[in-house]
Amino acid sequence: MRGARSAKWVAGAIVVALAATACGGSGDGEGKSKGSGPAGYVSIDVGEPQKPLVPADTNESNGSYVIQSLFTQLLDFDSKGEIVYTNAESVTSDDSKTWTVKLKKGWKFHNGEEVTSKSYIDAWNWYANIKNNQQNSFWFQDIKGYDDVHPEKGEPKAKAMSGLKAVDDHTFTIELKYKMPYFNYKLGYTTWAPLPKVFYDDPKAFGQKPVGNGPYKFEKWDHKKLIQVKAWDEYQGPNKAKNKGVQFKNYTTVEAAYKDVVSGNLDMIRQVGPTDLPKYKQDLGDGAIEQPYAALQSLHPAFYSKTFKGIDPKVLQGLSMAIDRDTITKTVLNNTRTPAKGFTPPGVKGYQNLDTDVFTYNPTKAKQLIKEGGGVPGNKFTVQYNTDGGHKEWVTAVCESIRKATGVDCVGDPKPDFATDLEARDNDQVKGMYRGGWVADYPVNANFMKELYHTTAEANNGRFSNKEIDGLMNKADNANSLEDSVKAFQEVEKKLVEHMPAIPLWYYRINGGHGKNVDNVNVDFHGDLEVWAVTTK
Amino acid sequence: MGRYVARRLLQMIPVFIGSTLLIFCMMYALPGDPVRAMMGDQAYDPAVVASIKKDLGLDQPLLQQYVNYMTGLFQGDFGTQIASKRPIADIILDAFPVTIRLTIFAFTFVTLVGIGLGVIAGLRPDTLRDRGLLTLTLVLVSMPSFVLGFLLQYLLAFKWSVTTPTVTDSTDFAQLVLPATVLASLSLAYVARLTRTSIAENLRSDYMRTAVAKGLPRRRVVGVHLMRNSLIPVVTFLGIEVGNLMTGAIVTEGIFNVRGIGVEIYEALSRREGATVVGIASLMVLIYLAASLIVDLLYAVLDPRIRYA
Amino acid sequence: MPDKTVEKKVEALPGDTVSTAGVVVADAGPAPDKARSLWSDAWHDLRRNPLFLVSAVLIVFLLVMSAWPGLFTSASPRDADLAKHYLGKPNWGHFFAPDWLGYDVQGRSIYARVVHGARASITVGVGVTLAVTVLGTVIGMIAGYFGGWTDTLLSRLTDIFLGIPFLLGALVVLNSFNDRTVWVVIMALAFLGWTQIARVARGAVITIKQADYVVAAKALGASTSRILFRHILPNALAPIIVVATIALGGYIAAEATLSFLGVGLGDTAVSWGGDVARGREQLRIAPHTLIIPSVMVSITVLSFLMFGDAVRNALDPKLR
Repeated sequence: MRGARSAKWVAGAIVVALAATACGGSGDGEGKSKGSGPAGYVSIDVGEPQKPLVPADTNESNGSYVIQSLFTQLLDFDSKGEIVYTNAESVTSDDSKTWTVKLKKGWKFHNGEEVTSKSYIDAWNWYANIKNNQQNSFWFQDIKGYDDVHPEKGEPKAKAMSGLKAVDDHTFTIELKYKMPYFNYKLGYTTWAPLPKVFYDDPKAFGQKPVGNGPYKFEKWDHKKLIQVKAWDEYQGPNKAKNKGVQFKNYTTVEAAYKDVVSGNLDMIRQVGPTDLPKYKQDLGDGAIEQPYAALQSLHPAFYSKTFKGIDPKVLQGLSMAIDRDTITKTVLNNTRTPAKGFTPPGVKGYQNLDTDVFTYNPTKAKQLIKEGGGVPGNKFTVQYNTDGGHKEWVTAVCESIRKATGVDCVGDPKPDFATDLEARDNDQVKGMYRGGWVADYPVNANFMKELYHTTAEANNGRFSNKEIDGLMNKADNANSLEDSVKAFQEVEKKLVEHMPAIPLWYYRINGGHGKNVDNVNVDFHGDLEVWAVTTK
Repeated sequence: MGRYVARRLLQMIPVFIGSTLLIFCMMYALPGDPVRAMMGDQAYDPAVVASIKKDLGLDQPLLQQYVNYMTGLFQGDFGTQIASKRPIADIILDAFPVTIRLTIFAFTFVTLVGIGLGVIAGLRPDTLRDRGLLTLTLVLVSMPSFVLGFLLQYLLAFKWSVTTPTVTDSTDFAQLVLPATVLASLSLAYVARLTRTSIAENLRSDYMRTAVAKGLPRRRVVGVHLMRNSLIPVVTFLGIEVGNLMTGAIVTEGIFNVRGIGVEIYEALSRREGATVVGIASLMVLIYLAASLIVDLLYAVLDPRIRYA
Repeated sequence: MPDKTVEKKVEALPGDTVSTAGVVVADAGPAPDKARSLWSDAWHDLRRNPLFLVSAVLIVFLLVMSAWPGLFTSASPRDADLAKHYLGKPNWGHFFAPDWLGYDVQGRSIYARVVHGARASITVGVGVTLAVTVLGTVIGMIAGYFGGWTDTLLSRLTDIFLGIPFLLGALVVLNSFNDRTVWVVIMALAFLGWTQIARVARGAVITIKQADYVVAAKALGASTSRILFRHILPNALAPIIVVATIALGGYIAAEATLSFLGVGLGDTAVSWGGDVARGREQLRIAPHTLIIPSVMVSITVLSFLMFGDAVRNALDPKLR
């Protein structure tokens, strides 16, 4: 089961792995025995979740791996990004505003309680309530009545969102505040998981020992060492476990995890570290996994900064053409990325081949465009990044590429950690550009544009604002069908090339692997290994 | 003696409060908000951030937060982590034994090898043996621990495949040999040099001449008279060194993947888990203070010229 | 860390120095009337000490390198060519050519980076030592000379700073600066490092204060500042200089360690510690990217330590 996890910690997590920073990661894989745990279990390197295991409070990759194994929400996606119904029989809407959910009958939580409409409605109301401080609460903001349970300030006025109504035990309706043709895609995120009644008795204890409705049942959590889950026999979804259970093992360094995969002490590794990348294909043979997924890394100009205020988009196009994406991905990035050709990555609904050379290295044209656009003020700019995420090398390489091709000086502006980096972005203190990473929350192109470049978007930290683009996006959001909406957003993407709200750099690739003891290791659309499908030999 | 100890303990209180307050203030002054950082760089809701901060008391003024923290600390409550919501005491309890194991290992190494080398060199000052050992220790001192760590890691693990590059099981003392050696190297060199100087000096002292003149056997002269007097400064140094070894672990633990307080504090720092950083730092300050008191008392025991009123 | 590199014997006094004043006297060095001969004796000793000569030559070499890196290489430490030089191996025969020591992950000449990196290390080392010496001496002298409440207060302050683990403190302090220039690093390290010198200075001043010539000067009505700067300071200087020179190497190591941990000098600065950290990822495929800057750090620290050691031997009358 996979729900979307947010990009933040990918930007963070994967790269922490990549960087193998001085003291990164978590746990030293203690308590792991020879072989990989109980017979029939498979093991994977997944670090200590940052937070207790509550679906709406988890958005980093470690936690969501575990949550995904324990909980199943209404629907999921296949590797092409198409909807696959899991707990829902169907999710439909006539007007993109009111959605009707029909649940499959006979589904149960691990403790035997039946999964009903109420399991969903109560859970969503609890998640959305400001008093419960759930990190992903804003995911429910499209639902009518959200503002009553989650006011900007002060106490909530209601306990439940008026948009959620149970029709019977296995049918309920969701009324939105506005039309949203791709709302059903959002439901694939783990945050929309149901909760059993025991949760409300003691949410805190539940977070340490969750009871879900997913393919696996919680067994134990040995903090900073291991989380173990067991295949649940009564599971009825399409993603029923094909192994006996999973051990999520914690490693401080990817190097240590990798060594264990090679020696057979660990079955799967999510991302091979830079020291081992040059030869992991030799070491692992068929077990090597290399696959792109729906995530994109970009440089975002701060449009309020002295350097980029009122900049001519031609200059940004020129800078984009001054970046030798091919060489950098092959050398400094060790083939962990694929050069970007647009604002939307492959594997996302609406991915298209943009007919433009803006993303192709061309020093001559780059120079010319920058000149035509009036140049970069001061002939110099900075790129802000966090040093604890393994971004230093590629930022340096991008800067050098620009400097060499165009003569515009570019230097890194490192922040010691992610917290500081984010604070500067939130407070509009970015001096030039900042590096951004975005992983698909749901595999629709809107996710890569609306949430990043709309004037009101929370994550639009570059404060890009363009009335025409806003208008086009609003129109696309109001389309009557998903197809129309996706098409409209494709038009938006074409327009974005003219305005350059960011400089897309590359798509992420997963470079993982598995040992000889397991088989059928697949990758889903946002780069997670599908643990449920893994078989032991 | 009792009065002296009491006075020292009383003096420790302002020092302890001062050090922790200083660390607390420094953490507070850091840019970056732990709750906001938890949300990452995708969309988030500022209202949730504000609400979490209010619940944790992070919206209160600095001094109030410090008082709250200290009140909790004196009741044995280290607080809870912002993200994981686990009690910090649990986290410290998980990490501390690992570091203690590493430190004890390194400390034993420092004491035995350091003093041993120092005695070997000091008994024959200015010979080739002495010069050689002095140079060796100088080279050790000049290598920052991360340099030595990587060098040994590269040679032993990658080049000759003698050991694993990182520690996978911190209860396995065989695996701790490499990190403990690196951690110990600097102190070891100091102890060796200190012992050597001290022994070389005392060899020429009057009481040694007297002892030899009395016709005492050489073993007794060296073992009792010389050693007891020469080791006074070494013991002082060793005492203070316990604390230094513990902070040195930040680097060593990182290189060798040992999950002790060094790694924990570094991570907590970058996530702005203020209470965790201050908690671990307070323990370090306490250990330092206790060590210096013990050293002073030992001093009196070893050196009859010193008496504490 | 620097606090370790300080020769402990010099300040091997327990926290409560009052009760061990006798030890201080023994250690505090020069009897007043020998002051001049101490320095000339020391110089005489030093000139004939091979350790001193070797380290002095090395230090001069490093100073020249940091002042005029252009003398050693014409290659720029920033110019990168990924396409041609990505992780290029050293070409040991090409002395002083850009490819002599190979290329790093960005395709930059490691030789050029090593040469240009000297400035950061030396500036930080020397800068911190000067700052620490001034700060520590002033605080130590005030505490030692005035005694009483001033002393208690300053001594406790010293204890507080001594209680904070150096590396941890530096990590926290440096984390709060976004633009970590050489000066920021110097100030941060000095902020945490002055305690050692303050203790030594205080001990020395307490001893000297009781000397006849100070008492005499006081009786003659000399002003406090005159007594402090004309009579006490020159005589307290020897132990302070010993501690300071030995600490210098330690501060260079500290800067490298902090750069390695990612909180040292900023991104644009060329620094050995930063290069070691960067080379870490290539440890298996291109060890030279890590080993060469590491060796430079060690050589530099070693030079200053040998220098400090020689100076201490020359200035410590007990060893004579």
